[in-house]
Amino acid sequence: MTEPWLDPAAWLILLPLAWASLAFLAGPGRGGRLAIAALAAQCVLAVWLGVDMVESGARVHAVGGWGAPLGIDLMADGLATVMLLLTQAVALSLAFYAHAYFADAHHRAEATWFWPLAGVLIAAMNALFLSADLFNLYVTLELLGLAAVGLVALGGGAAQLSAAMRYLLVSLVASGAYLMGVALIYGTYGTVSIATLAPLIGQYAPLATWLAAGLMLAGLMAKTALFPFHAWLPPAHGSAPAPVSALLSALVVKASFYLILRLWLGPFAPLAETAAWLAGGLGAAAIVWGSWQALRTRHIKRLVAWSTVAQLGYLFLVFPLLAVEGQALQAGVMQALAHGLAKAAMFAAVGVLMLATGRDTLDGLAGVAGRVPLTLFAFALAGVTLMGLPPSGGFLAKWLLIDAALLTGQWGWVVVIIGGGLLAAGYVFRVLNQAFLTVPADTRFQPVPRRLEWMAFGLALASVLLGLRGMELATLLAVAP
Amino acid sequence: MSAGLLYALAGVLLFVLGAAGAILLAHLLRKVLAFNVMGSGAFLTLVGLAQREGLADPVPQAMVLTGIVVAVAATALALGLVRALHARTGRTHLTEEVRHD
Repeated sequence: MTEPWLDPAAWLILLPLAWASLAFLAGPGRGGRLAIAALAAQCVLAVWLGVDMVESGARVHAVGGWGAPLGIDLMADGLATVMLLLTQAVALSLAFYAHAYFADAHHRAEATWFWPLAGVLIAAMNALFLSADLFNLYVTLELLGLAAVGLVALGGGAAQLSAAMRYLLVSLVASGAYLMGVALIYGTYGTVSIATLAPLIGQYAPLATWLAAGLMLAGLMAKTALFPFHAWLPPAHGSAPAPVSALLSALVVKASFYLILRLWLGPFAPLAETAAWLAGGLGAAAIVWGSWQALRTRHIKRLVAWSTVAQLGYLFLVFPLLAVEGQALQAGVMQALAHGLAKAAMFAAVGVLMLATGRDTLDGLAGVAGRVPLTLFAFALAGVTLMGLPPSGGFLAKWLLIDAALLTGQWGWVVVIIGGGLLAAGYVFRVLNQAFLTVPADTRFQPVPRRLEWMAFGLALASVLLGLRGMELATLLAVAP
Repeated sequence: MSAGLLYALAGVLLFVLGAAGAILLAHLLRKVLAFNVMGSGAFLTLVGLAQREGLADPVPQAMVLTGIVVAVAATALALGLVRALHARTGRTHLTEEVRHD
């Protein structure tokens, strides 16, 4: 055990808050280099935390030396560390991307407060993954939501502002529902610590507990944009600047999913069984509806945003399959990681495509294959993960899900998973098809910075190669509190 | 019925009213106000339920204080967005999603 002040868990929250504040003080559009340096340090901290944990088990850090219930405990176990690793890795890649993206003359106006808001966003996510009590989780959820809304509004246009407003309202009502749940839980059990609550809640819990579980899970599902609460996502993720869309789609929606998973496997386990089919059913509906909309939309960014709605559906197929010990959890986390990397890559690639063509419609993409081949390749690689082709992380996740469904004799889910893969192939090929069309010789393409292309490619490659790292994931996830 | 439970029930009522308002009302300012009513309801429930034998429990009071800070920040952001949206479009409500080009 290291000294308390050296604990990487605490620094993972402090460091982004520090660079966010410095970037704010430095003024509009500044702070990018600092953010990249600090995010590199955060990556090292997250890896350190992971290595340390595999050796010596899950750890609890009492902030300021004040233990629970008076103080706040930070708890790092396998699941939290996996999410921390994903967040730092994707955030670092996107910081490189954003630095080059906002340096471009077309986007300089959007850069205003990107770095401070991104720093707060990352601090909120890290704090969320490390929180051990329901109320602290509420505070981090709100912080995350407010920072995300600020990022959506960065562009300042009417479309961005109304998307941000819609997002904010959903986010506020959803966290209000979560807070009401916390109030009912505290009133019933006198504690908000997840670890203390778990043994207290049984199948014959009072009505207030059921109500609290319903309110909290419904609120979190709305924040995760699960069908039918998804309506806010396509405008918000579809109208923000590319690095923001990538951050939101890859990471932010995963944070509330992580919390659902935590509660579902922890304190609400005895109650949640009854709702497993409902969650799985909504997930299946999300896959079909999201993919269908992605097949119909004319805007390339909307297509990727709708694809997020569909891919989030897979995460919820985990719940009816939890009976298969360990495997369903691995599948869910693998899907979260693979989609995180692939969607960051896809939004990054779309940002480059829109920069090169100056247009945001699918029609406008004609001929980009010859101009930005590396970016198109990145898009296709990310598509491989979304479709679930081997050896990608998406393949491993879907394979584990199908295997769990067959083991429990639930054939219906297999049809949904394979059908969803085919639909994903449909919308990915819509883009590729268009990109390979020949264009009139006088069509103008803007030159794009190579760094943008390589970051998109790197993220896409990581999402494919992730499928080969299933064992490491299982080892990390096995570290339970 | 203890006073604490009465407060808690009033809190639940406020929460439901606020939630309905935040979802059903069209004017953005009303939505923001309704969200505040909803939050106050949750705070009242939190403090009300935690009264045991007439003694106040300090932990939920600390939570509510934190919650109020969060609610003020959220309200400020919401009002800022409403103003910016109004300045940009002249509207004070959200229309059905516009297809921007």
